[in-house]
Amino acid sequence: MANAYYDPADLRKFGKITEWSEELGTKFFDYYGKVFEEGALSAREKSLIALAVSHVVKCPYCIDAYTKDGLQRGITKEEMMEAVHAGAAIESGATLVHGVQMMNKYNKLSM
Amino acid sequence: MATKSLKKRESELANAQRQLELLSNGIFADGELPTFADKIKGVGHFPLRPNKLEILQINVGYMCNQVCEHCHVDAGPDRKEIMTRETMQQCLEVIRNTGAHTLDLTGGAPEMNPDFRWFVEEAAKAGIKDFIVRSNLTIIRANKKYYDLPDFFKKHNIHVVSSMPHWTRGKTDKQRGDGVFDKSIKALQELNDRGYGMPDSSLRLDLVYNPSGAFLPGDQASMEKDFKKALMEDFGIQFHNLFAITNLPISRFLDYLIASDNYEDYMYQLVEAFNPAAVANVMCTNTLSISWDGYLYDCDFNQMLGLPVNSKVKHISEYNEDLLQNRNIVISQHCYGCTAGAGSSCQGTVA
Repeated sequence: MANAYYDPADLRKFGKITEWSEELGTKFFDYYGKVFEEGALSAREKSLIALAVSHVVKCPYCIDAYTKDGLQRGITKEEMMEAVHAGAAIESGATLVHGVQMMNKYNKLSM
Repeated sequence: MATKSLKKRESELANAQRQLELLSNGIFADGELPTFADKIKGVGHFPLRPNKLEILQINVGYMCNQVCEHCHVDAGPDRKEIMTRETMQQCLEVIRNTGAHTLDLTGGAPEMNPDFRWFVEEAAKAGIKDFIVRSNLTIIRANKKYYDLPDFFKKHNIHVVSSMPHWTRGKTDKQRGDGVFDKSIKALQELNDRGYGMPDSSLRLDLVYNPSGAFLPGDQASMEKDFKKALMEDFGIQFHNLFAITNLPISRFLDYLIASDNYEDYMYQLVEAFNPAAVANVMCTNTLSISWDGYLYDCDFNQMLGLPVNSKVKHISEYNEDLLQNRNIVISQHCYGCTAGAGSSCQGTVA
């Protein structure tokens, strides 16, 4: 048992989750694979979306995986960083938009 | 950026035997990953055997004007291994009699061999159908004596295949050296000026893409689209096809993988991406590689690992196509590089 919560080598073992629940694991990986195929969005666009979301959900495995995926697709570091900012902007926007609730409550409570 | 070959630096990895040990130890020795032999046994391809011989690939020397980080040849200005005219004459004898339709000249920078032009002229007379020179592009701008190479290539209808790791300056120079990108762009424009790479032109100009790091190449067709768009928009450059080639874990790329602590992850990637459909068409099934000193190998990678063909015939001077065709191909774990994903060869993907 590793003495840290995250081990980079665990990413390789992701597929093993199927061993303890074959039906659900298989359904998940089929779905996952299908999502990232070329569709109305290109696989390249989806890779950048995945990279941004990886940061927002703070998943170190996903960040490793989609940084490498981006490199393989020839995505530049400038494009990757912009995607991360897009995710970060939504995340901070989600915090800040609650400021309106604070303002509403403040005004309601104030004479 | 290294400026000397592993050999000149007296690196442990300049020793082919040491590389082969590394590729057989660790994760492969303790069974964490299957050896390449076991893997192809599982899909009914062991022993690996040649199909019809189509390509003779001749390495005319390891000298090069560049010292690329990923070079599997460990080429550079300090490498003195150069094919002599005598060995070239033995090659010509074979070229006149072979059933192969393609002659593929590589190096090093093949143009730096002092007998390069003589050899091309003589080989052209032998009537090979497709005549490839693997040019690093910068050689064309390296010295005045090479400025007329585009005309020379055109005169002999040579199919030019050139490395271009990325359409951006930063990535290209990081892998291949400072200034390489600008010189390569200039050389490509000169080739375009001669008609090379233009749509419908019979003067073939293809580019080779190698990933600049510890990851596999993406989809060849979409990379080609991206390269074409960027090179056209930024520099007005045209070319025919892009070959996406996987970096094999040998020589300087192996040195990089180990130094950057990427070796195990990279080998996992290669093994996980193993594609049985690629095995049937790997390069060694239709190519023979000839070294600067005339020895015969299943591929350029085996040449660098000091693994000669498993045949009674070992040298160009005793060449016998029938005997050579009846051999088992020599393999090790580096071969996973040619069977990953869509497969990889000097002509790009194979599956």
